[in-house]
Amino acid sequence: MKTQIFRYVIVGNSTAAAAAIEGIRETDGEGSIAVVGEEKHFVYGRPLISYYLLGATDAERMRYRPADFYEKMKVNAMLGVRAEKTDPAKKMVRLSDGKVLGYEKLLVATGSRPFDPPVKGIESVKERFHFMTMDDALALEKALSPEKRVLIIGAGLIGLKCLEGIAARVKSVAVVDMAGRILPSILDEYGAAIVQRTLEEKGAEFYLSDSVAELESDAAHLQSGKTVPFDILVVAVGVRPNTELVKDAGGETGRGIAVDERSRTSLPDVYAAGDCTECFDVTSGQRKILALLPNAYLQGHCAGVNMAGGEEVFDNAAPFNSIGFFGTHVLTAGSYSGERYVEKGDNAYKVLFTADGVLKGFILVNLPERAGIYTSLVRGRTPLAEVDFSLLERAPELMAFSAGARREKLAREV
Amino acid sequence: MKRIYVNEKWCLGCHLCEYECAFAATGLSDMAKALKGKKIYPKITVEDGGSVHFAVNCRHCTDAICVKSCISGALSKGEDGVVRIDKNKCVGCLTCVLVCPFGAVMPAPDGHAAMKCQLCTDNACGTPNCVAHCPNNAIVYEERP
Repeated sequence: MKTQIFRYVIVGNSTAAAAAIEGIRETDGEGSIAVVGEEKHFVYGRPLISYYLLGATDAERMRYRPADFYEKMKVNAMLGVRAEKTDPAKKMVRLSDGKVLGYEKLLVATGSRPFDPPVKGIESVKERFHFMTMDDALALEKALSPEKRVLIIGAGLIGLKCLEGIAARVKSVAVVDMAGRILPSILDEYGAAIVQRTLEEKGAEFYLSDSVAELESDAAHLQSGKTVPFDILVVAVGVRPNTELVKDAGGETGRGIAVDERSRTSLPDVYAAGDCTECFDVTSGQRKILALLPNAYLQGHCAGVNMAGGEEVFDNAAPFNSIGFFGTHVLTAGSYSGERYVEKGDNAYKVLFTADGVLKGFILVNLPERAGIYTSLVRGRTPLAEVDFSLLERAPELMAFSAGARREKLAREV
Repeated sequence: MKRIYVNEKWCLGCHLCEYECAFAATGLSDMAKALKGKKIYPKITVEDGGSVHFAVNCRHCTDAICVKSCISGALSKGEDGVVRIDKNKCVGCLTCVLVCPFGAVMPAPDGHAAMKCQLCTDNACGTPNCVAHCPNNAIVYEERP
């Protein structure tokens, strides 16, 4: 089969890919772009799938960009096709439909895939779902009905957003997790308890510090000896980055594809962005997988600009996350190390973490107002000596900055 | 593009801009009828600290982190430079509130979306109502480098 040649080939069709397209077109208005997407859908906001089940959005509104996006950006979108293999020496990508694409610059934005825990009997569960993609949500939706009992394995971000999406559409939802608290990756015990109460008020049942020892087609036997009957099983124990296109071609990977501050992999002319990568977290000083949508955009945009010969550096990656459950909002950022400033309320919670003279991270439960002022301090590693931190402890305010810094922010173009 | 800029030393801290902002959004012609006895949800915030006062609203950043972080594509920067939010697409996750370095995107009162200043391009005023009614030119709407 004839090789089709593009200046830019992008594998993946989610946030990082869209961001790369925008980054490329800011620099190169004409160079040919091919996007290879395994999903058949127009680019959509992946985290919206729970809102879809909740009825808060629909397929049309879930479009991440206007309907004429590919056309306007002059993108050849090849959807429903998988990229199987890259050959960085020949600068070619082989697709599942037999086509071969040649590239000048390649972006790998392949995301991640959920995995199943090695639990005896898991194969016997017919009504078993993951919760990552629109197709996952559509498949799960077909199975939902008011008399069904759902068991979710995993009390992380994905499992609990799924819970929010389906709680009103089924008879009951139970959640089991090995961790002793829900949302262990972003919350401590006090914060987690507030969110758990919110979810329990909606009827959710939790089995924490417990795990599934064995599954039957309609019941889970837990390590604790308890048995949880169910009709539908949702598996949300974690994801693995799709690194193969780079790894199998000899590129450097850890848990994710290694990228530098220009989103370059170790392979020449091959870039990577989004959930398939690991990058340097400025708040912890460690290489991490930051599988968060804003990070995917920032990395993807940086990749696109650099692929097109422009100059963009993304060197302040940090975890930050805003997530809500039935009106309870959890806003978090950075690393939870150092000294803590804590305010506890019945239904609200604030922790600010400071170390090395900077704000390292924070947890805000039901205190979203102006949280971005904190986030900018975390991402910018702003020396706390330059701000009035006692004011910031009370509330995020620009008043805490010097008059000169405020002029920079408010009296000139930014 | 024309943006709103703050002249901090001229701000009296009267908070009138907050009322004018909320009023502009109602589309009504009588401020007392529109706002009296009601909690207001302005998209401009006056900070007060001793003798220092200033108003903060969306800076319509050249490189807007809220647009880049939006999970639904509800936030966009128009060709006119105005950062807008499509309430119909917004699901109220508040990621924009989490990332705005100015604290200028806020949860909307209905709890299901975020809201922000759109320079009164989204109401009948056409140009920023806060600026038009600031008694002391503490906020101005103009081109600046």
